[in-house]
Amino acid sequence: MVNLIWVMMAVVGIVFAAINGTMEEVNKAVFESAKEAVTISIGMISVLVFWLGLMAIAERAGLLHKVARLFMPIVRRLFPEVPPGHPALGYIVSNMVANMFGLGNAATPMGIKAMEQLKQLNGGRDEASRSMVTFLAINTSSITLIPATVISIRMTYGSAAPGEIIGTTVVASTISTIGAVLIDRYYYWKRTRKGGKR
Amino acid sequence: MAIVQLLSTWLIPALIAFILLYGTAKKVPTYETFVEGGKEGIEIAFSLIPYLVGMLVSVAIFRASGALDALMAAIEPFAEAVGMPAEIVPLAALRTISGTAALGMTTDLIATYGPDSFIGRLAATIQGSTETTLYVLTVYFGAVGVKKMGDALKVGVLADILSLIVSFFIVLLVFGR
Repeated sequence: MVNLIWVMMAVVGIVFAAINGTMEEVNKAVFESAKEAVTISIGMISVLVFWLGLMAIAERAGLLHKVARLFMPIVRRLFPEVPPGHPALGYIVSNMVANMFGLGNAATPMGIKAMEQLKQLNGGRDEASRSMVTFLAINTSSITLIPATVISIRMTYGSAAPGEIIGTTVVASTISTIGAVLIDRYYYWKRTRKGGKR
Repeated sequence: MAIVQLLSTWLIPALIAFILLYGTAKKVPTYETFVEGGKEGIEIAFSLIPYLVGMLVSVAIFRASGALDALMAAIEPFAEAVGMPAEIVPLAALRTISGTAALGMTTDLIATYGPDSFIGRLAATIQGSTETTLYVLTVYFGAVGVKKMGDALKVGVLADILSLIVSFFIVLLVFGR
């Protein structure tokens, strides 16, 4: 699926450029975006090092475990395959909390760490486990409490009440997160019904 | 909105202080642990490069060629048929694919139609309530070297569409047109 989409975007784009005479733009875009990707990756070093370092302290101090236990009733139902008290749950919860507060750059390192733990639980295989799909579903539609970036844009353009979209954002993201979990469960049910793996 | 502003400014410093104090109280060798844990970040960032280069180049070709614009033009009539403003369609399509592009689009929509217009509020809600699925997928799976994504992409995209529809109705319900 990913292979297909990846190839399609590029090939359709190039064919389209041939017809529309936008080949010049495509040429430019290829090298600019490659450079941008490297810039993003390198730029992430600072954030990754900082948060992973800090979270290592939190893990060793047992804080992560505590946070995970706080949300255990919910998290256990969402990730039934992860043993209770496993550090993966601590990272998952931290990632969700960071997302809620719009701390995108803190959420990413914790999410990556959670993935790493889930991969270990999956025997180190290079395919996505059930828990990983669930985690991604929750992550892409993450519940947001404070959409900080958007509020600051609204403020910049002179909104009468920059924060008034907090309510709609909270409700929209909560409903869509619940929906995402249901969609995830539906596909899991389909997979197991077929008698396939997991 | 002074409170929200204050909260988002204080949150991170407070969190840092809390973790450091907690670690100290639990007798964790804080500095050494920080350095050890942080090292991992360098490795992760480098291993991300091929995944991001691959994905971003493909997206860039699709956008620069004009194919994305054509796709959006094709979706527009359907969106308008259900009452979704045509101006929102590009943002909706971009939100799943590219985070920076979507943020630029949101800013542009708010600047053009005003933050307190229907389009401005809807754009803000869409921007705030969903993540860039393709990016999250690429980064999270890429960082740990998971290559077979299973149903993750399908689930993520469907969740995005759902989130879009929900945002539209909520904004319509709360603020009206």
